[in-house]
Amino acid sequence: MFNYRFQWRQAWARLPEMLDGAIITMQVAVLSMVIGILLAIALTVFRRSGSRVLSGIATTWVEIARNTPALFQIYMAHFGLAGLGLHLSPYASLLLGITFNNAGYLAENFRGALKAIPDTQTRAGRSLGLSDIQAFRHIVLPQMIRISFPTITNQMVWAVLMTSLGVTVGMNLDLYGVTQDLNALTFRTFELFAMAAVIFYVIVKIIQAGAWLISRRLFRY
Amino acid sequence: MIEIENVRKSFGTLEVLKGIDLTVNKGEVLTVIGGSGSGKSTLLTCINGLEPINAGKIVVDGTEVHAKSTDLNRLRQKIGIVFQQWNAFPHLTVQENVMLAPRKVKGMPKAQAAEIASKQLKHVGLGDKLDVYPGRLSGGQQQRMAIARALAMSPDYMLFDEVTSALDPQLVGEVLDTLRLLASEGMTMICVTHEMKFAREVSDRVAFFHQGVMAEIAPPADLFGNPKDPELQKFLAATH
Repeated sequence: MFNYRFQWRQAWARLPEMLDGAIITMQVAVLSMVIGILLAIALTVFRRSGSRVLSGIATTWVEIARNTPALFQIYMAHFGLAGLGLHLSPYASLLLGITFNNAGYLAENFRGALKAIPDTQTRAGRSLGLSDIQAFRHIVLPQMIRISFPTITNQMVWAVLMTSLGVTVGMNLDLYGVTQDLNALTFRTFELFAMAAVIFYVIVKIIQAGAWLISRRLFRY
Repeated sequence: MIEIENVRKSFGTLEVLKGIDLTVNKGEVLTVIGGSGSGKSTLLTCINGLEPINAGKIVVDGTEVHAKSTDLNRLRQKIGIVFQQWNAFPHLTVQENVMLAPRKVKGMPKAQAAEIASKQLKHVGLGDKLDVYPGRLSGGQQQRMAIARALAMSPDYMLFDEVTSALDPQLVGEVLDTLRLLASEGMTMICVTHEMKFAREVSDRVAFFHQGVMAEIAPPADLFGNPKDPELQKFLAATH
């Protein structure tokens, strides 16, 4: 049964290529989070807007993002859109798919966070002469971000792990894609994927440590 | 001058203000007393346009509050309001709480807003709390911060909506002292309150509201000494 011969040195020699892949993975995750958070804020505003069209768009988005597999969302971004005539590179498709997913999940979390902020906060701001938008921007939004910060961190971790789904649309620049290609070249399957797993683990730990540091700096109240 | 003319206001089918007529002059301190649900708090939120009205009009220094053409954000700079729940912004320090509106609404430079904030906070006795977050303050301190926050916009009128009702008894005094201070400085104030002693001391006039109607209005000596309205007589008997 166990007649597999470990050849760590051969796999270890590929570490630089894998680390290059890890950089791309981080890049996709960070971009998808930055855009995802902005979109989620927009979706949250849409849902509060009172406009049926806007809140309909936002609700549909959130429903699809949360209730279908992330793999499906990435597939649609690549093959689905290609069917409609919009051909995106694997990188762009992966980024789009994960961003869509992030925005949906975060919008739902933001909605929950908003419920924890009393309406009287906005009212107090309005009574000081702030406009509705100013009150949201300076009073509600900062509190919303603080309340949902742990879930934002979680989603960031998910974004990193979801990049591994990129191989299904031909993405081979990220950590998982690089590892897959190296495996096809060298057949050091266990060694390569074990290394990839450790790198993913370290990335996640770095994110968690970073989030802790940010929260200590930002939320002193 | 605040002119209130035949103002009616309903929440659904419940009419909470049934035709209020009232004029508050510059420099006057008016207190409003009355039982729960008498409409006294609602009147305040109508004066600064936080609530729409169903009929009548409210005119502040010649500007009709509920006219479509009125810029409410501009009007509200003139009219400070402090609520029963002080609504401190928890993510901002005490000083930042007070600086927010001058900076964002008036577009004041940071240094100038900081100076005004620290002046107003000293005024209400919180000069040593500038960099503290509101969560560290007592209710009375937070309420005084809310007063400083409203004053920082240098309003011409201040509305106080039962500002001591949510406080522990031992903290009421410090907030009332702040109100007394403002009254002595000539601020035009409308105070909705349950503090009868305070109403008697600081008011130029006291108004008694009952079920959406202003049943009686008179200088405190008359209103407390010689109440004419039977509901007011009952109310005073019950509160003493």
